[in-house]
Amino acid sequence: MDGNLLNIINLVMYYRTIKGEVKAVDNVSFSLHKGETVAIIGESGCGKSSLAKSIIRLLPRNVSVYKGKILFNGVNLLDLDEEVLNKEIRWTKITYVPQAALNSLNPVIKVGDQMIEPLILHQKMDKKEALERAAKVLRLVGVNDVFLNHYPFELSGGMKQRVIIAMSLLTNPELMMLDEPTSSLDVLTQASIMNLLKKIKKEMGLSMIFITHDVALSSELADKVAVMYAGQIVEFNSAEKFYSNPRHPYSQKLMESVPTLRRDKELGFIPGSPPSLLNPPKGCRFAERCPLKFGKCLEDPPIIRLNGGSYVKCWLYEKG
Amino acid sequence: MSHQLLRVENLKKYFEVKRGIFGGRRIYVKAVDGVSLSLARGETISLVGESGCGKTTLGKTILRLYEPTDGKILFDGKDITHLGLKELKWYRRETGLIQQDPFGALPPFMTVKRILEEPLLIHGFKNRREREERIYRVLEQVRLTPIEDFINKYPHMLSGGQQQRLVIARSIILEPKLIVADEPVSMLDASVRVEILKLLQDLQKRYNLSVIYITHDISTTRYFSEKIYIMYAAHIVEGADTREILHNPMHPYTRALLNVIPDPDPSNRFTFKEVPAGEPPNLINPPVGCRFNPRCPNFIKGLCDVKEPPSIEVNKGHYVKCWLYG
Repeated sequence: MDGNLLNIINLVMYYRTIKGEVKAVDNVSFSLHKGETVAIIGESGCGKSSLAKSIIRLLPRNVSVYKGKILFNGVNLLDLDEEVLNKEIRWTKITYVPQAALNSLNPVIKVGDQMIEPLILHQKMDKKEALERAAKVLRLVGVNDVFLNHYPFELSGGMKQRVIIAMSLLTNPELMMLDEPTSSLDVLTQASIMNLLKKIKKEMGLSMIFITHDVALSSELADKVAVMYAGQIVEFNSAEKFYSNPRHPYSQKLMESVPTLRRDKELGFIPGSPPSLLNPPKGCRFAERCPLKFGKCLEDPPIIRLNGGSYVKCWLYEKG
Repeated sequence: MSHQLLRVENLKKYFEVKRGIFGGRRIYVKAVDGVSLSLARGETISLVGESGCGKTTLGKTILRLYEPTDGKILFDGKDITHLGLKELKWYRRETGLIQQDPFGALPPFMTVKRILEEPLLIHGFKNRREREERIYRVLEQVRLTPIEDFINKYPHMLSGGQQQRLVIARSIILEPKLIVADEPVSMLDASVRVEILKLLQDLQKRYNLSVIYITHDISTTRYFSEKIYIMYAAHIVEGADTREILHNPMHPYTRALLNVIPDPDPSNRFTFKEVPAGEPPNLINPPVGCRFNPRCPNFIKGLCDVKEPPSIEVNKGHYVKCWLYG
């Protein structure tokens, strides 16, 4: 398909809890070209992480509905055998760095031994070869390879995050998913990690899905932006258009709430809180907080296509 | 300027971490190491720095939640540096703390009403009617309304923003003069953050409160405070009016901080940021001379790594602790 690495069509993932069914990912569609980065932004609990996990079928045990299509290089990941997926896609072609992954390094195993595990298990390398590969990737992310022989506690937060990023690069993936990769780091460390991700993107030409709640930070990496609200993508747009002229009222309000350092502007906020994913409203899920709502918003808005593959899920853009 | 409420002189707070078995050399973490600042009635200042720079310790020491190691704290002209527990009760009433994690700061088994009543009971409000009046008034002010919907709830039944409103309500219910707000919005979502900051600002004006706003996020300070103090490795390295710091940063550390903070802009993705190498120093054994010298792009050999720079007034009210200006 026309240079698309990833094509997600009507993806749905619900899971059941005592209180009812949580509609964490509800009919999400977007596509991603080779070498492109999409930032998924939204508030906590909007389903960003659930979406990423759904893409590589890391589902919660109590999943109740999981359907739609995830076309990766034209192959629907939902149709694949668990074994095939595990061998060929998950952690190989697609890697996922969960939030706060830097704290999940095993404290009693040397960095090198932790890094080579997937190479030995998945790619059947021998130890020596795997260690060489690990050293090479470690140097690429700006960590001296002597740290292969060190334990995680000997590394600073920023270095741990670099090791984690190195781990996700080991298998030469085509798609890397990063969930809040800098959220527990200090401002300066955050900036150097963002520099590293930019370098990887430029030199290795891989695609990334970058999940963050920080709108300003998302502009450091994003070619495309997907705004999520209550389990749905409400706007999908190019970075050029999104940061200068967001279309969905939620995106607009979100942008107003971002403090800026270099420009003077009046800050805004969104009164109220997002709806529960247990029982979201029937119509537009943002309607309750939307300053521009009108009669039609009681019905579920369709996806309205804009130029260049962008779309917005809002009645305001209905034509005619 | 109106009268001075708080004056901190050369304040130090050291924590002992280890002592040799036979009373050998004592080892200290010097979390706050000679900080001076002042605050007028009704003034708002920001303390900005990265984690571990000592900003929270400074805030808590000012509130006398920690016993200072050295230096002086004057509040309303009184020396409160070494007040005993009994006399501190008065100071507790004059000050308030807003913590970072609202849920962690609220007792889970108390209702909203009980949480707000606690400080009133401790400070001897014997009349029940008066206590209730105060509770209703303060809930109104932090806009936890309709009050009847909230007053009997437990903290876990509130959203993050509502919990933080409750923490704010508790901190102002005794009508203090000084509030230390320690990262009050960093755990909240972007859309709620501004709402809470605006609420704090309203209350600050209404009560003519003095506020010390502690944050790692320099981009929110311009909307909130009149002055900014930048902290690095237990020292204040630069202090000036907010606009002055943002438009004319002088310390190399301040410049680095400002430089790396992005505004939403699609062109960001094509440029790399200049980031000083290395990490903040260990506060047990900080570098000799200027504490930023191992990372500083403007490092002067034989000076910055030998002698600690003094605090130099470069413009009126703009202080920089850096040899570049000495």
